[in-house]
Amino acid sequence: MWNYSEKVKEHFFDPKNSGAVAAANAIGEVGSISCGDALRLTLKVNPETEVIEDAGFQTFGCGSAIASSSALTEIIKGKTLDEALTVTNQDIADFLDGLPPEKMHCSVMGREALQAAVANYRGEEWKDDHEEGALICKCFAIDEVMIEETIISNNLRTVEEVTNYTKAGGGCSSCHEGIEGVLTRVLAEKGEAFVPAGIGGAVAAPASAPVKTAASAGTSVGGSLLKRIRIIESVLDKLRPALQADGGDVELAEVDGKTIYVHLTGACSGCQMAAMTLGGIQQQLIEALGEFVKVLPDTEMPVAVEA
Amino acid sequence: MSDIYLDNNATTQVDPAVVEEMLPFFTEQFGNPSSLHCFGNQVGHALKRARKQVQRLLGAEFESEIIFTSCGSESDSTAILSALRAQPERREIITTVVEHPAVLNLCEHLETEGYTVHKLEVDNRGRLDIGAYQSLLSDRVAVVSVMWANNETGTLFPVEKMAEMAHEAGVMFHTDAVQAVGKIPMDLENSAIHMLSVSGHKLHAPKGVGVLYLKRGTRFRPLLRGGHQERGRRAGTENVASIVGLGKAAELALGAMAFENSEVKAMRDHLEQGILEAVPNCFVAGDPDNRLPNTASIAFEYIEGEAILLLLNKVGIAASSGSACTSGSLEPSHVMRAMGIPYTAAHGTVRFSLSRYNTMDEMERVIAEVPSIVAKLRKLSPYWGEAGPLEDPEQAFSPVYA
Repeated sequence: MWNYSEKVKEHFFDPKNSGAVAAANAIGEVGSISCGDALRLTLKVNPETEVIEDAGFQTFGCGSAIASSSALTEIIKGKTLDEALTVTNQDIADFLDGLPPEKMHCSVMGREALQAAVANYRGEEWKDDHEEGALICKCFAIDEVMIEETIISNNLRTVEEVTNYTKAGGGCSSCHEGIEGVLTRVLAEKGEAFVPAGIGGAVAAPASAPVKTAASAGTSVGGSLLKRIRIIESVLDKLRPALQADGGDVELAEVDGKTIYVHLTGACSGCQMAAMTLGGIQQQLIEALGEFVKVLPDTEMPVAVEA
Repeated sequence: MSDIYLDNNATTQVDPAVVEEMLPFFTEQFGNPSSLHCFGNQVGHALKRARKQVQRLLGAEFESEIIFTSCGSESDSTAILSALRAQPERREIITTVVEHPAVLNLCEHLETEGYTVHKLEVDNRGRLDIGAYQSLLSDRVAVVSVMWANNETGTLFPVEKMAEMAHEAGVMFHTDAVQAVGKIPMDLENSAIHMLSVSGHKLHAPKGVGVLYLKRGTRFRPLLRGGHQERGRRAGTENVASIVGLGKAAELALGAMAFENSEVKAMRDHLEQGILEAVPNCFVAGDPDNRLPNTASIAFEYIEGEAILLLLNKVGIAASSGSACTSGSLEPSHVMRAMGIPYTAAHGTVRFSLSRYNTMDEMERVIAEVPSIVAKLRKLSPYWGEAGPLEDPEQAFSPVYA
């Protein structure tokens, strides 16, 4: 069974604001019974102040779908519509002390219902640009549709490229077979064949015992700081599209020997996945530089270095 | 009050008598059965005894037809891959759409390697079309792999008859019988089944041990080559303690066969009837007239299975669900979809699977708890109104943004 937080259980076993709000003037409906989850959000909005005075939900779905709906209504009650629209699915997940990666879509459904309800209130048309597929990468919660679309729009050909653009496969690497499957299918549709880059399994240095990775990409680049910075910048440039796709970005802040400080901005900063993102960057840098380096956020920079 | 375990198709409690039987093989008789010294001198005998016990449960003609493996999945893979390797000129496989992933995912992978896989469809009660099966049998088919009993619904397939049909067409027949062994009497000696998979932990033996039954003379290619264990058909040092446990469990299962088909069946029927009478808008999935004695699969409309399980778990009742959310996929159970069960019910299917350790009192407690749990979730559901389902629910609540 899922490893649900106490907060998720609390909102599932004893949901807040269940049922439809009487005299609702904003209604958002998302999901479908075929997908296994559906949500109707009803809001009572004060027409003068646009403050959400009451919110109610009706949900068909699993434990985390019900808990996410309950959390959403608790978060947005008392907010103005504009304030409510700044609520992200990550906020809903955070409110519940996190959701398993397979269940993040429940928080996405909550946010979409909110957008749909606000659009309904304002008489606008809300467009759902989000289609879900089977989950491939469990480390970063990336689904098949996302991988497929990214492969097509960026002409990707290798698992490594897919990882750079979507983060999928950048964690435990167990899903590489699945990513190869998507690549094979998409490339075949274009009349191309998938060619694996190699046997995979780059040798990384364990963090506890830094060693030269002579067995991997080759010898250490070492030497000139300028040369190293150029390589670091080019690696970050390669990773940038994936981060920007998530509304974030990364910049090189400082190189201090074997420690590289980066500055995460936008959606990346404070994101739960930040640590994993840093791990992914570190992995790429180790491979490109051929030496063990440690990647830390610039917030951990010693004052002397910062100056 | 103690918790009620109704998830025996997932796994079972190891019988205390089985544990008892296993213990000496961890501490005293820990030797390698292949060794000559006294630390292992009883181990070989113990393996032989376990093989005999399994042979009797399966009604196999020879004890050498029993190959111990690590699990049901290994047995399935060994059987199917063996048939393909032994007959490289045959490039087709016949199976069903409702197999366990142990067979289905392997077959789907084999499709990517160029094999043709025919998946037999089922009707709305989960039954096969034998005529369609007959028409697929040919000398291009390397193996037929059809489960004896379905893990989700308990529905039985006529594998003995299907094996005869395969045999007449000169095609190897394998059955994944992990749910059926110990619940259905078997007489493999007088059947045309060539290969059959058993899983220990489904019949009160520990996890991590299984059996592949291989009818004498059936052409075979091992999955694991190496040492001489299992007569060279499955290399790797024997999992002695677990094999001994499986032997004991097989002996117990044979003794309890009549009980399973009378007492356990009566409990299952009582539970099912009780729920159907107390809860509106629910029905039995599968073929109620032809199924395992211990399995009840009930579809509750307009609510989602995982939510039901979480609430059941809160009151100390363990069951399972074919809902998408319990597996992390988006589609509900392939078994429910194959039977054409509408999405309004497929997501809310709950499987109660009993064992000989359950009691009638427990059934009463479940019957008392289920109605309020279903009602609570329906109250939250946008597909359910004050007094029942919305009229034409999929129309009444049909978000544009699906």
